[in-house]
Amino acid sequence: MASDVSDNAFVEFDRVQKSYDGEVLVVKDLNLQIGKGEFVTMLGPSGSGKTTCLMMLAGFETATNGDIRLAGRPINNIPPHKRGIGMVFQNYALFPHMTVGENLSFPLEVRGLDKTAREEKVKRALEMVQMGEFINRRPAQLSGGQQQRIALARALVFEPELVLMDEPLGALDKQLREHMQFEIKHLHERLGITVVYVTHDQSEALTMSDRVAVFDDGRIQQLAPPADLYERPENSFVAQFIGENNKLDGVVEGFEGDEVIVRLADGETCRANPVKCGDVGSETLISIRPERVWIEGKTTPNTTEAQVLELIYLGDHVRCRLQVHGNDEFIVKVPNSAGHKHLVVGETAKVSWDAQDARALDPL
Amino acid sequence: MSENVPADPHVAIVTTAGGVEDGALTISDGTPLKRALARAQSHARRKAFLLVLPLLAFIILTFVVPIFQMLYRSVDSPNFHDNMPNMVAWFAQNPSGTEPDETAFTALVEDLKLLKKNRKAGLVGTRINYELPGSRSLFTKGARKAAKLEPPYKEALLKIDPKWSDPKLWQVMRSAASPYTFNFYLAAVDRTRDADGKIVRVNENRRIYLKLFGRTLVLSLLITFMTFILAYPIAHLLATLPLRKSNLLMILVLLPFWTSLLVRTTSWMVLLQSQGVLNDAMVALGIVSDDHRIQMMYNKIGTVVAMTHILLPFMVLPLYSVMRTINPSYVRAARNLGATSWTAFRRIYFPQTVPGIAAGALLVFILAVGYYITPALVGGADGQLISNLIAFHMTGSLNWSMAAALAALLLGGILVLYWLYDKLVGIDNLKLG
Repeated sequence: MASDVSDNAFVEFDRVQKSYDGEVLVVKDLNLQIGKGEFVTMLGPSGSGKTTCLMMLAGFETATNGDIRLAGRPINNIPPHKRGIGMVFQNYALFPHMTVGENLSFPLEVRGLDKTAREEKVKRALEMVQMGEFINRRPAQLSGGQQQRIALARALVFEPELVLMDEPLGALDKQLREHMQFEIKHLHERLGITVVYVTHDQSEALTMSDRVAVFDDGRIQQLAPPADLYERPENSFVAQFIGENNKLDGVVEGFEGDEVIVRLADGETCRANPVKCGDVGSETLISIRPERVWIEGKTTPNTTEAQVLELIYLGDHVRCRLQVHGNDEFIVKVPNSAGHKHLVVGETAKVSWDAQDARALDPL
Repeated sequence: MSENVPADPHVAIVTTAGGVEDGALTISDGTPLKRALARAQSHARRKAFLLVLPLLAFIILTFVVPIFQMLYRSVDSPNFHDNMPNMVAWFAQNPSGTEPDETAFTALVEDLKLLKKNRKAGLVGTRINYELPGSRSLFTKGARKAAKLEPPYKEALLKIDPKWSDPKLWQVMRSAASPYTFNFYLAAVDRTRDADGKIVRVNENRRIYLKLFGRTLVLSLLITFMTFILAYPIAHLLATLPLRKSNLLMILVLLPFWTSLLVRTTSWMVLLQSQGVLNDAMVALGIVSDDHRIQMMYNKIGTVVAMTHILLPFMVLPLYSVMRTINPSYVRAARNLGATSWTAFRRIYFPQTVPGIAAGALLVFILAVGYYITPALVGGADGQLISNLIAFHMTGSLNWSMAAALAALLLGGILVLYWLYDKLVGIDNLKLG
């Protein structure tokens, strides 16, 4: 499931734009190719256009401009009931006046399957989500997690090749959510279906997806596998949105080899990895992941003094809030294991990081 | 904690209710748990009762008491029984079918003298007249001349009016002699007792009540159906439009509520009468000729049109309140699962609106069955409902017992329909908002 899917894309958004009121573009120039069997997550804050994209794919919204293609076929003018796409809704949308069995049987009924075939498939789908004995219950008699499974089974029962999921785990508690993440992931692997998943929960996106598309302001900010997204964010928004992030503002002073020298706000310089900074003289923002910072470790060109402002004990690690280069929101995670120095509030410590781990990005 | 018995029984229950003594739960001071709980709650219950007391008194005084009075009046028939003691005694001694002999006529003349003395001849005559029209004058004339009559009374009385020997009259008097009667109910279903006391249908030209009950039922069902057909799309629109637009539409729906019923009804008269706006427009457009103006008022059409309009909000509001709670994602899910928009409506949306339809239909139907003023104004002879006849008996013929019997039958009919409805739809499925 490599990222090179442009030749045989299963789902393809081609320069798609969407506006509801003719004044504001909710989706601006969306280009996205999803390979067959891939699990792609659309991640972004609310209002970033990710749900709109999903609705356009499902057929509930029409693209204002551009093409959406499914298996090479433009689907802009195909009504939703003919697209054959499974979908799990945020509130599950299980029909309250039907039993679980009738809910699952509905998509098969409208497809004209006979009774025995329907019963067989419904039974199989329910067993797939371990809900076989609930066939005669009403949705209102099920817990949130059980409803979630039924919704999943209903989206899969007519064997669609593409399944859309719109924040399906949003209403569940943390433990159940994590459990369901694995179940959905395993189902995806077992059935070989293509999944487009929408969420605003980054840990969900990182655990489940083959690739994550980070949405903001109607555009995909970065489309990459989870590890790349975290380790190598391409712009400040992604660095900010995914995981924890330390920011240092500065101005580009010069380039040296594959490194950039940045003059920081407090007058000091810092060597960084020029990912997305401008030429000499332009403003930039350096992003450093908390776990890439050493305290009293090896000396690098970026070693500096830090004042310890706050310590939060979290069991397996200690979160330290430091003042570094005038930024007093600088976070470092110190593992709570043997051989690590234990800091005291108020003391001054030496912190350092590699130039490769300091990514100079566009200013916010 | 247990050595220190708290004053508040709630606390005591918490501390020791777990212990079972002699099979019954007790609190720490030995009082049974149930009694302690009742004592603790009685104060709150008394206060709550005092709050609802004014309403309760109001309802009993203005609703429950009048209804029972009405039901009593429909079987109560004291006039003959109280004012004709000798006749009542004779009827008691002689079984039904006995030919009235001289003793009977003696009793009758004695009673007629009493009527003259007490000035009650009109009252008794009216009572007999209800069941045998034309007999009121028999009693007033008889009472006037009774004092001068000489035995044998039978001959003397028959000389005044031969109708006195009519076996039908004697049958009516016999049934009126009882202080309670079901004859008003018989009359209300177009039945009467013949000379032998058997229940038979009245003459063809006098059968009106059953026909009117039937018409009331049919028209009410028709009006309910019409309001449903008209209200369903409006309610759907109200529930799905953006809030600002739906508020405006809601005002338009409620506007008739804020207008006087009389004004609304008369405006329909202006629109629908043969010289009215609608007919004039059609004549002007050449759709109908001037000589063949369509009669849309003072018949069933007028009643149905005006009542449908007036009762429409009662259907829209329950439907709207139910539709508003239906999440649009249900229909989306159905479409996504492969249903056409029609199938999604039929299988998913419509079944979920049934509670609203049930509530609206019941509301409109019950209101329509008892509707009075609109059919009275626009119904003409053809569009009258049973309530108009009840009003006629209340204010026109002054036969309150008959009005009461008709009203009781209407009430009973609605209760039966309600019961049927509960069996078919289920009252728990009702949703008014």
